[in-house]
Amino acid sequence: MKLVVAIVRPEKLADVLESLFRAEVRGLTLHRVQGHGGETERVETYRGTTVKMGLSDKIRLEIGVSDHFVQPTVDAILESARTGEVGDGKVFVLPVEKVYRIRTGEEDQAAVTPIEELAPT
Amino acid sequence: MNNSDTAWLLVATALVLLMTPALGFFYGGLVRKKNALNTMMMSVCALGFVGLGWALVGYSIAFGRGNAWLGDLSMAFLRGVDLQPQGTIPHLLFFAFQGTFAIITAALISGAIVERMRFGPYLAFLTLWGILVYAPLAHWVWGGGWLAKLGVLDFAGGTVVHVNAAAAALVAALVLSPRKDYARRAVLPHNVPFTLLGAGLLWFGWFGFNGGSALAANGIAALAFVNTMLAPIATLVVWTLLDLSRTGRATAVGAATAIVVGLVAITPAAGYVSPISALLLGAVAAVPSYFALLWRARTRIDDSLDVVAAHGVGGTVGALLTGVLAQKSWNGVADGLLFGNPRQLAIQAVSVLGTIAFSAAGTFAIIKLLGVFGAVRASARDEGLGLDVTQHGEEAYSRGEGAILVLPDAGTSRGLPVTAAALLETGPGPP
Repeated sequence: MKLVVAIVRPEKLADVLESLFRAEVRGLTLHRVQGHGGETERVETYRGTTVKMGLSDKIRLEIGVSDHFVQPTVDAILESARTGEVGDGKVFVLPVEKVYRIRTGEEDQAAVTPIEELAPT
Repeated sequence: MNNSDTAWLLVATALVLLMTPALGFFYGGLVRKKNALNTMMMSVCALGFVGLGWALVGYSIAFGRGNAWLGDLSMAFLRGVDLQPQGTIPHLLFFAFQGTFAIITAALISGAIVERMRFGPYLAFLTLWGILVYAPLAHWVWGGGWLAKLGVLDFAGGTVVHVNAAAAALVAALVLSPRKDYARRAVLPHNVPFTLLGAGLLWFGWFGFNGGSALAANGIAALAFVNTMLAPIATLVVWTLLDLSRTGRATAVGAATAIVVGLVAITPAAGYVSPISALLLGAVAAVPSYFALLWRARTRIDDSLDVVAAHGVGGTVGALLTGVLAQKSWNGVADGLLFGNPRQLAIQAVSVLGTIAFSAAGTFAIIKLLGVFGAVRASARDEGLGLDVTQHGEEAYSRGEGAILVLPDAGTSRGLPVTAAALLETGPGPP
């Protein structure tokens, strides 16, 4: 199992979710985060105060997947989140030591595999 | 000159002026967070740009003697607009009161083109539209033009303001084409309480809009004022019942919309119909607008905030019902169809059609003209990031995290990437 962590642009989130859905990746967690990744910062002015916004709003997705699902998941994110400009984000793939499904107590592979009959149609 | 008339019109002018920022709240609540300021600025800047055009030439084109189609420039740059009486109030006050109408009419159009128009071209559009479309139309109906001579009843601007703005809105929405997310993603209102606040303030201001249009503090003003209270009351009830019967839930956005639809519908009729007719008119007006909204959302017409369904349909229904329900025993001017004067309904229909034709053609010409000088529409990238940041360099809901102060003498560093060191120095807070 791996944990795929992706940081993407908020305005691309709908595209990413759609792409993940098409790739049949179900089950993810989403955070709204702020960060900085080398993009040119925006300048904002409020009356006489001019500021550079050093941090940009981003979305951080966490997706636990079984090994053979890692590549489809990463591909789905790469192609849907890309605009070609600096600030598109990153995808990290991390090893996972152990996974439990709380409802059933299932472990590891079984815990990250959706159960077909319960999956939304 | 009458002092009490003057006092009422002073107040009414301020009330109508308040409607434009109120419209900003109404519209601003209905768009996404990233476009909130842009949408509100579209109303706020109408105060400046349309107001200036009105003072310099618009007022003269609307109310100068001229001919049946257009006023003249005899009062351009406020020449002769002084403290001499115009009716029973100072001419200058009449000018200001009418100016507030020009401003809100132009601002109404913005609801059809939110979230996608570049701001510079929008300001140019506002200015030109106020002078070239609004002023001639106001002349037709209120400045002694051909519709006035025909005997049209438009108490406070059902056609001049609402049908006019809606025709322009439809054309603008079609020429600009839909937002890139329209009908592809859920686009939800970001602040429904703002929309309710805006609707409440619009209603408040509308007492000046309709009540003030009597241009006196008299019985007709009282009639228009009370009808402005009664019609939206009926619309709100019918709309809520429609909501409940269709989905089982009364919606807040629906209630806010209903108030505006009722106000729009009573606008042409306010000083011409009996109070009980106003209730009937408000109730009837809810139905076509309600279903127009539902139908519009299924089309490719991205009239984003439904200016056509609220102001176009509501304004047309109001203008036509004025021709049905007008009552000489109340207004001392003319009867409608129901009181033995079917010709009035025909005149009302002519005024609606004439307004739509002129407004649509004028709006189309102005936007096409602006297109010659550069893109009118924001780029897809700017649309994605939101127009607040890209057009205004501000955010409606900035948290201020990661903001680095640019000192006046450090102005040359604008546009350079922030280094990690700079971030560390200012301490962006825990990750």
